[in-house]
Amino acid sequence: MSMFRNPFSPSRLNRSGCACGQHASLEEHNRFAAEAVDTPAASSDDQISQIVQSAVMRALFPHDESRRLFLKTVGASTALAAISQFFPLATASDVFAQGGPLEKKDLKVGFIPITCATPIIMAHPMGFYEKQGLNVEVVKTAGWAVIRDKTINKEYDAAHMLSPMPLALTVGAGSNPIPYTMPAVENINGQAITLAVKHKDKRDPKSWKGFKFAVPFDYSMHNYLLRYYLAEHGIDPDADVQIRSVPPPEMVANLRADNIDGFLAPDPVNQRAVYDGVGFIHILSKEIWDGHPCCAFAASREFVTTMPNTYKALLKSIIEATAFAQKHENRKQIAEAIAPANYLNQPVTVVEQVLTGTFADGLGAIRKVPDRIAFDPFPWESFAVWILTQMKRWGQIKGDVDYASIARQVFLATETSAVMKEAGLTPPASSTKGFSVMGKPFDPSKPAEYVASFAIRRG
Amino acid sequence: MTTSLPFRAGLLSLVILAIFLGAWHIATAGSTPIANIDPEYAKLLGQTATQGKSAMPGPLDVGRALWTHLRDPFYDRGTNDKGIGVQIAWSVARVAAGYGLAILVALPLGFVIGMSALISRALDPFIQIMKPISPLAWMPLALYTIKDSGLSAIFVIFICSLWPMLINTAFGVASVRREWLNVARTLEVGPLRKAFTVILPAAAPTILTGMRISIGIAWLVIVAAEMLVGGTGIGYFVWNEWNNLSITNVIIAILVIGVVGMALDLVLSRLTRLVSYPE
Repeated sequence: MSMFRNPFSPSRLNRSGCACGQHASLEEHNRFAAEAVDTPAASSDDQISQIVQSAVMRALFPHDESRRLFLKTVGASTALAAISQFFPLATASDVFAQGGPLEKKDLKVGFIPITCATPIIMAHPMGFYEKQGLNVEVVKTAGWAVIRDKTINKEYDAAHMLSPMPLALTVGAGSNPIPYTMPAVENINGQAITLAVKHKDKRDPKSWKGFKFAVPFDYSMHNYLLRYYLAEHGIDPDADVQIRSVPPPEMVANLRADNIDGFLAPDPVNQRAVYDGVGFIHILSKEIWDGHPCCAFAASREFVTTMPNTYKALLKSIIEATAFAQKHENRKQIAEAIAPANYLNQPVTVVEQVLTGTFADGLGAIRKVPDRIAFDPFPWESFAVWILTQMKRWGQIKGDVDYASIARQVFLATETSAVMKEAGLTPPASSTKGFSVMGKPFDPSKPAEYVASFAIRRG
Repeated sequence: MTTSLPFRAGLLSLVILAIFLGAWHIATAGSTPIANIDPEYAKLLGQTATQGKSAMPGPLDVGRALWTHLRDPFYDRGTNDKGIGVQIAWSVARVAAGYGLAILVALPLGFVIGMSALISRALDPFIQIMKPISPLAWMPLALYTIKDSGLSAIFVIFICSLWPMLINTAFGVASVRREWLNVARTLEVGPLRKAFTVILPAAAPTILTGMRISIGIAWLVIVAAEMLVGGTGIGYFVWNEWNNLSITNVIIAILVIGVVGMALDLVLSRLTRLVSYPE
């Protein structure tokens, strides 16, 4: 690993220093090591530029002795300045970081104006796309079906989708089968069941017979979570209540007009209903399944294979934005960046309540749930398997399902971990994990048995 | 009662407007602050929830917001946030493109149908079936086949403005007075010359009426089409403001749509007057 050593140090072989050879003494080495642990995110770029500088230095002075002599006489910083005058080190570092020329720089990424899309949206005003040399236009879109069609038509290069959508597209549920990939999850948690204020006293789901509910799309986590929640309380989601698919922006208007009794929706819709005094938050989706995925960053397999460098740069900016959004101290700043008309078009206070987790619940109390919404890009294959079991459970897909292979084909866990590592994050070692939904454990290796274990199911 | 009729009509219009605005103002003015609300909690809510303010804006709110829109109609703050003037321009451009294409198809085809009884009968069943289809029903099919949402919107405008023009042109051409055609025949006028100097001027008022109906329909449809495909245009503006539950801006958009629609109609009614003739 000599490439990673600092070639500008004149005393490379001076064994009186520390073990890594970069510091004069052991104490100094330890102090630097402690600082390096504190600032891991900034190090990935520095490391790349150091590698490039090292390579350039070695190319200019192939003989170790002459290089050391040169450094000793002029000093490391002078040498660096002198070399960068006739060799553009910064440019060399940039080219290396991109790992190849971008096939396409001007991209269009579609999104639905909800807080789930936070990383995709904020990467635009906060410059995460620019950092990767991409000129991305983020385009607000009216609904999930439109976003699906526009991505299929290649008007969008990639898009914000609900995490079940790439699976549904790939297996051909609700459309022709098109190979789709989901390289990154946008957010985990961050949804809620909101009921109209008039149902304030009906907090027990058993009393919800005859209710009309709205979910954003048939192939959505919202639909599966709501059905799961109702079924666990003995309500058959097809026979006892009505579940309609309504675009998120229209939900509050419908709730106010008394067309629906409640919805399981993405934020800021829930908080907006509270803000306008028409609804209250019954439970957060995190109380149904803590850590569930919701929305996703998706691209067609064709885009991934024909433009690998562009795809990688785009994925890297999304993953970096996701990591930035996960830090609580950044949340207020993000809320201000994504609330204007160009993005979410919502009052700042609504977005802020969603992202900070300090919110009014619509019943007169202020709740503090810091992980109301969290951001974690890793596409666990077991998430895909769970989603497929629910599609099977509610009859959206028929026949035998090869759960594991579809999951691996669509959720690109391996590629995501590689990019996460480059961005200075630590991806999990395995791509599957077990979890439990409302206390019932899910074993991703036994999907068929899981489906069969439910009393209320179709097909 | 010596004052002229237009003056009295105008006065009556103003009175109706004043009554309407007054009633609107009174209906939305009611604001009864809800007591016993924790100020910390109230900070997290909107005015509708805390002050019992009606969600419907009053005429003064709308007027104020309209002024801010009109003061800076062409701003551009990114892909999804453009001034109302820019949005109108996009919608008008889409209507112009679809409508222009429809003219290019409807007028020649209408002439052929009007002049030949055989073709008229042969095409009649197709026209009768296609005519009553809501133009928006074409949208999913257009999106799927054309694979471009901008072109799909133009196609929808094309298909909705085609039928009134086509049918009116055919009817106008078919009902040119026999005597005039006979005079042309006795003078041995060639078919092309007959079409341009006898039939076209005679059928022009009917054709223009068809075009006027078409532009009205096209303007109705573009708003719905843009709400569906999004991106740009006045329909997208309405959708985006609905998304924010901003009734004020939706009302403004409705007003603007009305004014532009009226202007388009006015242009064609002037054109109709130019080509009409006394018999």
